Formats: sequence, structure tokens, C-alpha cells
Amino acid sequence: MAIDTSPIAIAAITSVGTAGMPRHHLAIFAALLIFLIAAPFLLYPVFVMKVLCFALFACAFNLLLGFGGLLSFGHAAYFGMASYVSAHAAKVWGLTPELAIVAGTLVAAVLGLAIGSLAIRRHGIYFAMVTLAFAQMVYFFSLQAAFTGGEDGIQAVPRGYLFGLIDLRSSEVLYFFVLAIFFAGILLIYRIIHSPFGQVLKAIRENEPRAISLGYRVNRYKLAVFVLSAALAGVAGATKAIVFQLASLTDVYWTMSGEVVLMTLLGGMGTVFGPIVGAAVIVTMQNYLATFGDWVTIGQGIIFVVAVLLFREGVVGVLAKWIRKPL
Amino acid sequence: MFELLGIPPQVLFGQLLLGLINGSFYAVLSLGLAVIFGLLNIINFTHGAQYMLGAFGAWMLLNYLGVGYWWAVLIVPPIVGLTGIVLERVLIRRLYHLDHLYGLLLTFGLALIIVGFFRQFFGVSGLPYPPPPLLTGGHNLGFMYLPNSRAWVILASLIVCLATWFIIEKTRLGAYLRAATENPTMVGAFGINVPLLVTLTYGFGVALAGFAGVLAAPIYAVNPNMGADLIIVVFAVVVIGGMGSILGSILTGFGLGLIEGLTRVFYPEGSAVVIFVIMALVLLVKPAGLFGRSA
Repeated sequence: MAIDTSPIAIAAITSVGTAGMPRHHLAIFAALLIFLIAAPFLLYPVFVMKVLCFALFACAFNLLLGFGGLLSFGHAAYFGMASYVSAHAAKVWGLTPELAIVAGTLVAAVLGLAIGSLAIRRHGIYFAMVTLAFAQMVYFFSLQAAFTGGEDGIQAVPRGYLFGLIDLRSSEVLYFFVLAIFFAGILLIYRIIHSPFGQVLKAIRENEPRAISLGYRVNRYKLAVFVLSAALAGVAGATKAIVFQLASLTDVYWTMSGEVVLMTLLGGMGTVFGPIVGAAVIVTMQNYLATFGDWVTIGQGIIFVVAVLLFREGVVGVLAKWIRKPL
Repeated sequence: MFELLGIPPQVLFGQLLLGLINGSFYAVLSLGLAVIFGLLNIINFTHGAQYMLGAFGAWMLLNYLGVGYWWAVLIVPPIVGLTGIVLERVLIRRLYHLDHLYGLLLTFGLALIIVGFFRQFFGVSGLPYPPPPLLTGGHNLGFMYLPNSRAWVILASLIVCLATWFIIEKTRLGAYLRAATENPTMVGAFGINVPLLVTLTYGFGVALAGFAGVLAAPIYAVNPNMGADLIIVVFAVVVIGGMGSILGSILTGFGLGLIEGLTRVFYPEGSAVVIFVIMALVLLVKPAGLFGRSA
């Protein structure tokens, strides 16, 4: 049932186990951190923050698809709903940004629990269709509910004061807050993947009946990874609402669910760093092709087709094969 | 005139009629998905785009070649089916040895490309398609007014659904198809060209989507986005019905359309989500779907 990921990515889990981080992963994390600290001085900070939010979203999605083997086609629901809740909390309730993000994350987790507990009753393609249908339900809810502002969305969300002290109105200051969230998020995902829990997930992905016969309560593990993934997608969505001071219907629509699938597929399903690369590529493409209207959609479609037909391992998956080390 | 729970009958029957029309589209589209899924084991995400192609096909025939609606009903579905056959031969075929989810991702990408092109060249505002003279006007049935165009949609989709059921359940070709669904290797060993059967099945399923598109052209505006949201509802219909049975797909499609119509009368705010709520209930009670075989 599980979607196949590159054997090297699987080796990553087995070889590392629960012991420390392999040296080349440590090096990549360090290089990434150094690059991201320097980035706002080289690039436009808001653009980099957008990449970081989507990279975290894609990593959260990859936790479910690449490591849990579950293809959700409705992850926009958690991303978008968290974005609405955090925007509402910051603007109407006047919460500080970190509390607004926590509120959005909690709502995304609860929503993930509700949808996940129903969706895991089906497998494979049906699972994808069920998650997509529920996400569309969340979209219709967002369209009609009073607090989401319908077609207008929630605009002019205040960035506020971090812990009530640090003024986040300057994008440079906000950047380091977002960077901290992003880095904590991917380290958490890395830890989950390499924990005993992650090992069981891998077993379920590879052979569910065998995992059941070994005595694992498979559905609990699936639900747990679904909720974790939804909550982390929520962190990304909630942070995005604070950065752009906007929560809108785009964030809950099915196109957003498709985009996160594309980022993960392009970067490499089941790799640690792939979704980050995929998100960077797609967001950059959207930014530079924005003036070409629907060619962005066409371009995304073409990338989908080419990626599925020609390199299913994704960019990072291919690289990992090349250097013969899990990435 | 009598009233039912404070709802005037004209309103009630009017909404039920609209529900039946939506149900016709659900039935034809979910039938196409079920036929394709049965043999190819992929969920055809391009289905919504192919439905849109059907409507645009009718619109182009009328505006570029002056060919009217009734010819379009005959010509467009085979043409849309042919485009499907090309897609199957060139692209989809390459994924049969992989996990079925890749088929979903590929057809999703194809849908983005097709819809993107039509949005780029035709805009999103929607193009009008005038109904043919025979479909204007209507009949007064005493308790309600029945427009001809709506009666035709329901009738035509019923006929197509039942014809599909007949072909699959009662003819020799259908028997091959059902056998190949159960065990393609064995059927191939008996000298039947299974790859050709697969291609034709995909083309047929796509032609059904194109047919639904032609039916939709005079009653909804012809718009590149017309299939995108519809197909997600159809996915929910498929989950509710299960894809195991042809008659099951047809019944579920029409039934859910009616339920949606009733919801629009009694609780309008819920009409957009009622099908998803039913899906949640079905998943709780009978996860395999009403007519599905447990997976």
C-alpha cells in the first residue's frame, strides 16, 4: 500500500537508529543554519520567510507521506485553518504572536485528530480521496464562517510584540523568530523520524499486516503521525499568517494541498532535506513567474508529470543515490 | 395547494429537480471513475478537466464550426475519449507497475496543465452556451414547472448510465472487462488483448466525463474551472458508494444529488457540505462504502 521511497532513505532510518546524528547530516544542518542566518542580508527577508514557512509545511507533509506512507491530499486544511486561527487570535483577541501561533497549531492538531481518525479507516487511493474531500469541507466552512472574513480573508493582522517585549514590525527581527520556529520544527521532525516511533512507522509503511501481526496497534501509530503532521503543518500556516499579516481562502483551497505534494515530490519523498529544496524551488518559481498568470499552474503541472515519470526519488533523492549516503 | 413543513411544493420540487440534475452529473462522473478504477486501478484526477473539455468541445463546435448541440452530444464524447486514449498510451501506461498513488499524482499534474491552458486562453469569466430550440421552454406538471433542458439532462444521463451498466454486465465485451478486472494475467492467457482493453476502458471512462461536460454546457456557464470543485464532490460520492458496483455508483450519484437538493430546502447553509458529512458517517459505519467490497 505504501508509496515507495528510495531504498537509501530507508537505510537512513535503519543505519542511524536512535543513536546520534550521522556526521554529514550534522554538517548539512550546520551549513543550512549558517546560510539562513546570512540570508536576510543577501536576499529579501520576506521572501526567505515565505520559503521557510512552506519548507516547514512540506517537511510536515513529508513526515506523513515519506515516513508514514500515507498520501494526504488535504493538508491545506490544517495549514489554512491554523492560519485563520492565528490571524484571528492576533488581531481580534490581541494575543502575542507566539501565543497566536500556539492557538493555530492546537486547532490544526484537533482538526487532524478528527479528520485523521476517519481517514485512516481507508487505505491508499481512498485515503487520498477522503482527506481531499474533508479538506474541501473545511474550505466551504471557511468560505461561510463569520470569523474568516469570506472572500476577503483576515487582513492587516498585527505582527505584535514577541513575548510582549520584542517589536516584530521590522522584517529583519521577525525573520529570526521565523528562523527559530523553522529550525525547531525540522529538528523535531528529524527526531521523530529517528525515534523508535519512527521505526515502527517505517515497519507499517513497508508491511502493514506484518506490523499488525507483531502486535503493533497500527491505527494508533497512523493516527499519531497524522496528528503530528497536521500540527506541524499548522505551525507553518500560523507563522505564515503572522509574516504576511493575512489569512485567506488560498491557504485552505485544494490547490495548496497540491502544491505541498509537489514540493515534497520534487525535493524527494522520504528524505530529510528534500522537502526544503522542493519548497525553495516552487516558491522561487511562483515568485518570478507571478506576472505570467496561469503559466505558473501549467508549469507546476508539467513539473508534476515530469517528476512522476522521470525522477520519482526527487532532487535530493537522486543526490543521495549519487553520493551513496542518506540525505 | 398543500404545504409540506411550511415549504411550498414549487420550491421543494424545484430544489429536488436541481438535486436530480446535480445527481445526474455525480452519477455519470462517478461511473466513469469507477469503470477506470476497476481495470486500471488508478483514480483519474484528470476527470474534472475532461468534463470541462467536453463542455469546451461543444462550445468550440458551435462557435468555430457552427455545429449545433445535438451533433455535439454525438461528436464530442468520442473526441474527448480519444484525447484520453492518447494520454493513456503516452503517459499513464508507464505507471502501471508502480504504486497506484503515482497514477493519482500524474493525473493531477495533467489536470493542472489542461485547466491552466484553458484559463490562459479563455479566461475564467465563463462563456455562454445558448440551449438549442428544442430545449427551451418546458411543461407545467401541475405541481411544478419542468424546463425541457433539465428533463433532458436527467433523461440522457439515465440512458447513458443504464447503457453502461448493460454493456458491462450483459455483453461479451463487458464479460472480458470484468474478467480482466479480476485477473488480467489469466485473461491475457486466454488470448485477449488486455493492454488494448485497458486503453479502450480509459477512453470510455473519459468519454463519459466528456459527455457530462456537453450536457453541462447549456445549463452551466462553460468555464475552465467548472470541473475542479465538482470532481472533489464526485470523489466523496465514490467513497460513499464504493467502487465495487456499477449500479451502486449510479444509485449513489442520483441519491446524493437528491439529498443535496433536500438540504438546500431545509438547511441551505449545509448544502455545500452535506455530502462530506454523509461521507464521514459512512466511514464511521461502513468504511468500505455502501456498495463497496471491503478492501
